[in-house]
Amino acid sequence: MSASWSVVLPGSAAPDAPAPATPKQVPNRGGPANPSADALRARFQGGVARVEVIWGETTVYVDRTRLFDIVQWLHDDPSQRYDYLSDVTAVEYRDPEQPIEVVWHLRSLPYRRFLRVKVELPRDGKTPLEVPSVWSVYKGADWLERECYDMFGIRFVGHPDLRRILMWEQYHEGFPLRKDFPLRGRFSRAEQLQQALAANPEARYSMEELTVAQAFEDLPEAMRARLKSGERTGE
Amino acid sequence: MSAKRTVDVAIGTSGLDEQGRPRRAPLTVNEGGAVTTLEPPPALEDALELEGEHMLINIGPQHPATHGVLRLVLELDGETVVRCIPHIGYLHCGFEKIGEYRQYNQVIPWTDREDYLNSIGNNVAFALGAERLFGIEITPRCTVLRVIAMELSRIISHLVWLGTTCIDIGAFTPFLWAFEQRERVYELLERWVGARLTTSATRVGGMAADIPAGWMDQLQHFIKTFPKTVDEIDRVLTTNGIWVGRTVGLGVMSPDEAVNYGLSGPMLRASGVAFDVRRDFPYLDYETYDFEVPVGTHGDVYDRYLVRMEELRQSTRILAQAAARLPEGPVDSDDHRVVLPPKSKAMSDMESMIHHFKQVMEGPRPPLGESYVAVESPKGEKGYYMVSDGTAKPVRWRIRPPSFLNLSAIGKMVEGHMLSDVIAINASIDIVMGEIDR
Repeated sequence: MSASWSVVLPGSAAPDAPAPATPKQVPNRGGPANPSADALRARFQGGVARVEVIWGETTVYVDRTRLFDIVQWLHDDPSQRYDYLSDVTAVEYRDPEQPIEVVWHLRSLPYRRFLRVKVELPRDGKTPLEVPSVWSVYKGADWLERECYDMFGIRFVGHPDLRRILMWEQYHEGFPLRKDFPLRGRFSRAEQLQQALAANPEARYSMEELTVAQAFEDLPEAMRARLKSGERTGE
Repeated sequence: MSAKRTVDVAIGTSGLDEQGRPRRAPLTVNEGGAVTTLEPPPALEDALELEGEHMLINIGPQHPATHGVLRLVLELDGETVVRCIPHIGYLHCGFEKIGEYRQYNQVIPWTDREDYLNSIGNNVAFALGAERLFGIEITPRCTVLRVIAMELSRIISHLVWLGTTCIDIGAFTPFLWAFEQRERVYELLERWVGARLTTSATRVGGMAADIPAGWMDQLQHFIKTFPKTVDEIDRVLTTNGIWVGRTVGLGVMSPDEAVNYGLSGPMLRASGVAFDVRRDFPYLDYETYDFEVPVGTHGDVYDRYLVRMEELRQSTRILAQAAARLPEGPVDSDDHRVVLPPKSKAMSDMESMIHHFKQVMEGPRPPLGESYVAVESPKGEKGYYMVSDGTAKPVRWRIRPPSFLNLSAIGKMVEGHMLSDVIAINASIDIVMGEIDR
């Protein structure tokens, strides 16, 4: 059996670092920050708004416009090598004055580091709910960003295919994880059922799928006209 | 970097092997101890030369081989997959939204239901995240009990994966053996927490229940007898010509790709990246246990199978060590801001009564803050990200679902393979739609 590729060992870039251990007695605030935070500050000065250490986890608040450069630098720089994107999500607080936060959880496997990067989107009516997409750095961001868009309505600029993922594409009740979205949805159960029954199942096929296989030409005339005109709901 | 590899295949006889153990692999490959050499799948350019019309095939959402309500739209050129468009969301229930309207302990039953093959592991993961947010430490006995819970649930999940994948690929017997053993784990869980599938076994700061008397003996018996089944399944599958033929060289992910796509768990380790949260970002004192992190070197379906088989053995090893070191003492933390005081004290002691009243009426309140705690679930890195604004209910409860990320690479993995191989590749991801759609 011949080996195709050699084994990648996490922690290989920092062989002298102490062996990882279960964190104990972690303080609420303060404690040693991730060294990448200082490196980011030195490299991007104004791009880093502030650094917080909460329960031992370092959070770096960065400027929205610099986010992509910062993430790319974290990924590429040999002293950082954040090669693993754990999660992309957003947080909306109950207080409507507080900004919506978009959160990236990054891991550096070679250095065994964990870093949380946040962008604050103030709700002043002027800032759009938009952040740069990191899809070109991490392919894993594809679905994570789609989900974040689907649930919060945050647009990831530069994402190749920013469609809804968990909700269906014709869903137009809003963004379920926003605080102004009621727990049970915008319509009553009876109304939701009626809408589901009245929906046209043909409309569940996206334009993209119908065109890939030239199946589009085989559709009934009425449906083709409807799809061509851009109407997708069939309702 | 070629996906081509050779695996020694045993000649199937229904007799005994060298050690005199029955070899339950009545399959022949080539006469004389043959070796199969598998051709790599045709390159995409060659396939496109045929200039045929592409066909669109829909698999799911209701299909036994999609392991849940997953819908795959495949664009085929003949039998070769040119493109795969996955559709998910058929099981979306809004767990994260519901969690924002529940107190921390009330969220635990919801964690059972997302990755329902690993429910007790999710309970532990959630409790760990909430404890970080509350800033409380758990007792040594609780720590070891939780390790036992996590490893038992890893065994359940891998056994279900093994059984269902065998059925997908066309082997029925290992499925029965695996489910027989899974039943034994469920019996253990049933005796411990009273439930089999939806365990809700943990509370913030402790466990719902201590183990009953005699439970450790049953666990010891399981630890002693379980590896035999793993060996049996190993003997039947690992050198089986059909199994090898249907798994080797499929769905290959290189280490760089696997890391970049955010794969985790056995999917990532099969690609040769030895990232295991238990080892690299430990929790529950996993650094003090002696276990190996198995890795593959080809990143194909066969390697994922090998990695999971080895993890079953390693989990048994961890279980044996945990059982040997289980200390006496209380299970629940004595921090009565979070854990209810004993009923007798609540009725006699003023301070305990206040704690009891506040917890029941308002619920425990964590300080302002946030925590992301990741554990190694059977599927990979499962993280719970919780944000608190100082009230009794989380502002945000985010599940980082490992199979969601693993599934997102399916388009890349099935490209250029045959339609029948899509089933094997999809099975190798070990998806649970409850976790993907949440």
